[in-house]
Parts: sequence; C-alpha cells; structure tokens
Amino acid sequence: MFGAGGGTNSYEEVEDADVVFLWGSNAREAHPIWFHHLLKGIRHNDTRLYVMDPRRTSSAKWADVWLGLRVGSDIALANAIAHEIIAAGLTHPGFIANATEGFDAYKAAVQAYSPEAVEETTGIPADVIREAAHAFATAKRAMICWTLGITEHHNAVDNVLSLINLCLLTGQVGRWGAGCNPLRGQNNVQGGGDMGAIPNKLPGFQDIEQDPEARERIGKLWGVEIQPTYGKNLTQMLHAMEHGDMKGLFVIGENPVQSDADGNRVERILNGLEHLVVQEIFLTKTAQLADVVFPAAATWCEGDGTVTNSERRVQRVRKARSAPEGARDELWIISELARRLGHDWTTPTAEEVWNEFRVAAPAFAGGMSYARLEELGGIQWPCPDESHPGTPFLHERLWQQPRVGRAAPFSIAQNEAPSERRDATYPYLLTTGRRLESYNTGVQTSGYRSPLHWGESLDISPEDARALQIVDGDIVRISSRRGTVLAPAFIDKALREKLLFMTLHFPDEVSTNVLTTDVFDPKSGTSEFKACAVRVDRATAAELAERAELVERGALQHAEHQ
Amino acid sequence: MTPLVQLGRPDRTPKTMVTLTIDGQAVTVPEGTTIINACESLGITVPTLCYLETLRPVNVCRLCVVEVEGARVLAPACSRAVEPGMQVQTQSARVKHSRKLVLELLASSVDLSTTPGMSDLLEEYDCSPERYGPPEPPHAPGTRDAHIPGHHQPPNVAYAARVAQPTKVDNDLYIRDYGKCVLCYKCVEACGPDHQNTFAIAVAGRGFDARISTELAVPLPQSACVYCGNCIAVCPTGALMAKDEYDMRAAGTWHEEAQQVTDTICPYCGVGCTLTLHVQDDIIVKSTSPLENSITLGNLCIKGRFGWRFVQGPNPVASTGVSGRG
Repeated sequence: MFGAGGGTNSYEEVEDADVVFLWGSNAREAHPIWFHHLLKGIRHNDTRLYVMDPRRTSSAKWADVWLGLRVGSDIALANAIAHEIIAAGLTHPGFIANATEGFDAYKAAVQAYSPEAVEETTGIPADVIREAAHAFATAKRAMICWTLGITEHHNAVDNVLSLINLCLLTGQVGRWGAGCNPLRGQNNVQGGGDMGAIPNKLPGFQDIEQDPEARERIGKLWGVEIQPTYGKNLTQMLHAMEHGDMKGLFVIGENPVQSDADGNRVERILNGLEHLVVQEIFLTKTAQLADVVFPAAATWCEGDGTVTNSERRVQRVRKARSAPEGARDELWIISELARRLGHDWTTPTAEEVWNEFRVAAPAFAGGMSYARLEELGGIQWPCPDESHPGTPFLHERLWQQPRVGRAAPFSIAQNEAPSERRDATYPYLLTTGRRLESYNTGVQTSGYRSPLHWGESLDISPEDARALQIVDGDIVRISSRRGTVLAPAFIDKALREKLLFMTLHFPDEVSTNVLTTDVFDPKSGTSEFKACAVRVDRATAAELAERAELVERGALQHAEHQ
Repeated sequence: MTPLVQLGRPDRTPKTMVTLTIDGQAVTVPEGTTIINACESLGITVPTLCYLETLRPVNVCRLCVVEVEGARVLAPACSRAVEPGMQVQTQSARVKHSRKLVLELLASSVDLSTTPGMSDLLEEYDCSPERYGPPEPPHAPGTRDAHIPGHHQPPNVAYAARVAQPTKVDNDLYIRDYGKCVLCYKCVEACGPDHQNTFAIAVAGRGFDARISTELAVPLPQSACVYCGNCIAVCPTGALMAKDEYDMRAAGTWHEEAQQVTDTICPYCGVGCTLTLHVQDDIIVKSTSPLENSITLGNLCIKGRFGWRFVQGPNPVASTGVSGRG
C-alpha cells in the first residue's frame, strides 16, 4: 500500500495492538500460527478483537465483537465507520494534514454512509458500528488485518482501499502495532510479487510503465529491452485465450482447472490452446490437459531458494531430501527451457538468482545476502544495505515533519453489491473459503490422513435446513447458473439464513468451482469466489444411486465419514 | 525531522539490575529474571522436566529446586525471581536429597525410558527407584480414566504404584502413552492458554489418580483436538509422540542418530513457519519447529506438523501414509 506491495507490520506487533479488526479472514484456521500472536494479545495484553465476517467463524468466536456483515457490504461498513469517526471528531488531524491527501473529497464521499444508513445493507446495528469506530479511533495502537474475504470480490481493490482509509483517518499506520496487513494465503504469494512475477511490476515492485529508470537498468542487467506495457493478469489471460489472442500457456505449480472460478470454462479454454506446458510435482487435473509436463522437485524441501511471508520476511527454503527419480530442480527446468529457446543462462544456483534480484532491486533487497538471511533468521524488506537490520513496520516516514516522500492518498470507494444477486431461481448465496486441515485443491493435503478430513460438505444454516427438510449428511444438489454439484449437507450454526459455505479442498469429489462466478475485479484480476447465487435441492433418487455407485467404487474417499 | 508521536517498539527492557550470588559466584541480571535463567548465564545447569522457555512456569516437577539462604523451603528456580543479595545454592545436600526423592518417585511409577537425559540424572542423583518395590502391573485400558476424584483406591502394598496403562492409539497422527506421563502440564499449557488455546486436554483426577485427559476421557477424534501437535513438541518424556515415530520405534527402525535435520519453510499458508524436517534414509520422518523461532515459538498447525507427506511415498514402516509421489 502507498506503493509498497506488502503488509505494514510484523506478527509480533499484533500482540501489542489495543484493537484489531480482523476483516474477511478466518485466520484461526487459515493462518493458525499468526493467530497465536493475536491470541497472545487477546489473552495477555487486553487486545480487543473485532471480527468482520458473514460467518461466525472459529476466529469470530474469539472476538469481543463479531460484526456479521452481509456478504459484499464491506465498503458500506468501512465507510460508515469512517463517517462515525469524522462525526465524533476522532480523526487524527495532525496525521491527516502531514501525511495524506484527498481528505476533503473522502469526507464528502462517506457523508452518505451514516451508521443508520448502512444498517440495512450491512445487517449491522448502527450502535455496533459506532462502538467499533470509537474503539478503533481511540486505541493507542490499532490494526486491520484481512484475507480473501476482502480480496475475492469483483471490487477487491476498492474493498482494500476502504480499509486503508480508516488507518489514514486515525493515524493508525506507520507505527509499532498500527497498520494494515493482508495475511497471505500461500507460502510465497508475497515473494512472487517481490520478485516481479506480477504483470505490472519489475523486481522489488518497480513499476513497468511508470519507472523508466528501473526498466532501463533492469533491461540492461538482463540483456533485453523491457516493453513499457503491463502484462496480463490471470483473468485477462483466460480472456485472451478464450478469444484466441493467446495460444500457448506455461503453468508452474498451479491447478487452475480446479482452483479458478467457473472451472468448466477454464477447462474448455485450456483444451482450446495450441500448446500447454505444465510444470508440477503431481499429475494434477491441469497437468492432465498438458501437451508437455515437466516433473519438478518440490522446492520447499527438495531444492533451495527463498520465500517471503506476510510480514515481508524473506526466509530460506532448503533441500532436506532428494526429489523422486525423474523430477528436476525447478531452476534446471527453466534454464534448460531457455537454452532450447536459444538463450544460455547457464544453470544458476538459487543463490546466484537471488543475488541478481538484489542487483535489480537494490533499495528493496540489496542488504539481504544469503549469509545475512542465515545469520538473522530471515530479514524483513526493505533492507537496502548490509548494515540494515530490515524493517519491522513500514511507512514510519509518514510521521516525519516535514513528511518524507509522497503523501498517502485517501481513496473514494463506493459500496457495490456482489455481481450476482439472490433471486427466485437461485435463492441462496454461496461463499467459499478454507478449512484448517486442508489447503486449496487438496493436491498437498490429500497426502495425509487426519480425523479432521471430513471431505466436502455444503454448510447450511439450521433455519434453511429446516425449510428444506434436510438433516446432517443428506445429499443435496447445489446449482448455480454455471454448473451443478452434489454434496452432503452439514448444518452449521455459524451461518445466517440464505448463506451457504463450501471449500474447494476436495475437487475430485465435489468440484465447488464449477459453481463460482468468474466475474472479477478489473484492477486485481481476482474472481468473486466469495459470492455466487445458487439453489439447493434434495438429490433425486437417480442422483443418489449414481453417487452410491461412486462410493462403491471408492471414488469418494471421504464419503465414509459423511 | 521530528516525528509526531512515539513510533517504535515499546521499550520493555528492565532498567534495574539485580546482583546475587549463585554457588558462590556473583552475577548481575535484569530485574525479573528467574533463578534458572540467572544460573544459565553462569553456565550452571539446573535439571527440570516441567520448565520450558516458551511456557509459563507451573512449578510442578520440583526438580529445579534450589536452596535460597534464609528461606524455610526450597525454591523452584524456574519461577522464583532473583532478589538483590540473594544467596543461592544449586547443589547443597538438601537440594540433592530433594531431587533424588523426586526422581525416585517418578522413576518408580512412570516409564522414563524415552525421556532424554534421564538415565544420566538417575545416576547423578544416586537414585534407586527399585527400593519402592516391584513395579505394579499395568492398569487395564480405561481403568485409570474411570477413577473418580476423592474416591481413593486402596494401595496394593506389594508393589510400587505405577501409572502404566496401554498406549492410546485412536487416530493416524499421534499417540498418547500415559504410562510415560510425569504430569508436567506442558501439553496442557501448550494446548491451552500459552499457545494454542484449544483446551482439548486438562488434568483430571486428584493425587496419584491425576492424569492428562480429554473431556470425559473421550478418544481424540471426539475431542476438541485440532492435531497441531504442539503438545507433542513440548512433551519431555515421549508420552506424546507422532504415530510415525511410535510405529518406527516399535519396528526398531527409528534411528535418531542417523537422522539429518534441515530447516525450511512450510509449503502451506503465508505465515512462513520454519519447519525442521527430520530425515532418515531420505524420508521425512518428523517435522518440528525451533523453540527460539520468533514466528512459531516451536508451534505449528496440523498442516505444518503432519501435512508434508505428499512429497514422498507412504512411510514403509509407519502405517499412516495415504499418497505421495513414491
């Protein structure tokens, strides 16, 4: 944020925060060890936790206040909190004047969002909104942490901006224990961005279009001319492939056929390509469609390198065991591919690649040698030189007088309901997420067994279950405008009426993503996994017979638990 | 440039220093330091079972007791804070006698065969647990769990009372061998208020009937357990053990001395927990995290502790494999 693509604070700081807004995140299950730090604050330091989530999740059970907002009403809630902070005179005028720009326009924009005005949209009583606003604004240290409940929406970026606004309004950023932190969902999603594996940035978040100096310098380093235009994000690539503008694809360690929204469409698009290459550790559903599969080592334990976590800490991964026969080191695969394409990159070690990155992004990672990463147990970027200790929290500069660097802008974000509404045909809203013991499409977590592996279910409120006359374990058919799946029902008191929950952890048994919509945020390219309209019906006798046959054949491994 | 407010980490380093004497050596440490940490700074080792730097001291094992001059009773070094002018003896006759008694009572009633360093301690303190009589035969499954607080079981004087009972194996991930439990509370603290806050286990019963138990002694799969294994990580005796290790020990294939340990980062979420992979014959046999790691403090979740199996085939000895690349 404000140009630095990463969370502002260290995990340890959440222990010292007086107020934490955990927004659209079930960190208790999705980020369990981060949640330990939060629990330390709650239990030992009187941290007050507010959880904003349509479900009363296992995280929400630890909250002082659970704000069970309606799916997709995050901006209305955030703006109403801002409205109350301004109305009650609880802003931080000194910080606003020193560090920000665009306050007046923002103030005017949130005028329409009084707590009373958003009660209906959000489902949150005005008094509760007021109390949360006062707690956040008056806390010595307050933090907002979020995950995909914020970003898997068609207006993801606006959602994020609406939360950042709250920190700017109150000066809750740029200090120990105050800031805004997206908890990253995968062990190197932060590192991928750091390294420039995103369509609009070079290594170290140097902008491809807006930073000609970096483009020139890195182009020289790489011996190529870097085009001054952004590349395509995932959603745009799918669109381009669908329309024949992209004819080939190289997929590394991803399973889009099962992980992307509207899975049937993704499969059709990949099947239509002239050439598909997949580099994988397993023959996933996506790899099965490939013309060529590169069997790869699992670098996290069969190779060397670095990953970056949600507190911007770059840490080493190390080889602990040999890869299975035939699987190759990922750097070897990429280097060989380059060689066959006429570029001799030799076969660099992970450390050599990392050192080139340090040269490409010196202000960001210049001081992070492998030796120092080893010695300090990882370093938090930015770390410009070898005497720099790393940066526990960002944007301290915003508090300097006169301010150093450019101002942090308030952004106007207007509430917009999810792209799909409930209607008479599809009267329920399905939202998706993770469970503790499983992970994404189950490629990794299907490798071990535990009493928590219950398989997929359709989680449904007791009220809806009663209306549909279903009990735990009944097989139901869930249909959206795009597809249909069968799953056992699980009655979950954490859900409100008309809200359903599923995961994508067992896609070979229940392919949840054939239901989800690929309507996406044009700014981030992320699909709206968190909201699609569905209907639920009891399975027909024919469907039950078909499913029984699958169970018989052992195709539904987890059915026995259901 | 003047910042508008105090920005950085709150300074919590104690400002007052305290000087005391331990075994005749003077030492100066920050106020609030425990005796055991002051001993450490002098290189003096104090034996303990229930103390761990990542857990709050519960003072139950009484092995770390030291003599503080002028005090009526021995003091637990793990929790007693230093005081100016304190005179501490860690090896006085009274201390040694007390430790010997504690060790003998434990060794006569608990299987300490997988407690690291225990045989040395028993020798150092000249212990003869056998003088309490021949070991009582193991209790039948579930009988100790059924003991009701306040209903005293008549002792059988022919035997040294023991907590031995069959190992509880009720899931694929870890086992509970309460015949090896010294009731140090570490698992209860790790599962409860100190780290995990799941509260799947607590101490049930009183006196010699006291034992670690799930609610109503239900099997783990019916309990609140989330299989983070943070209890295993802190267990000092091997009473809690990953099922892989348990199976390999039973088969005689667990060779700790032949295992390489390598630190890497967990392949799941973006928290970035350090996993220490214990590898034997190129197979991962265990995953732990360093106690001193600032992110984990030695803790992991179910995925970090057990979810690494996908990279390899089923363990040829352990029975818990599902699938992998082989």
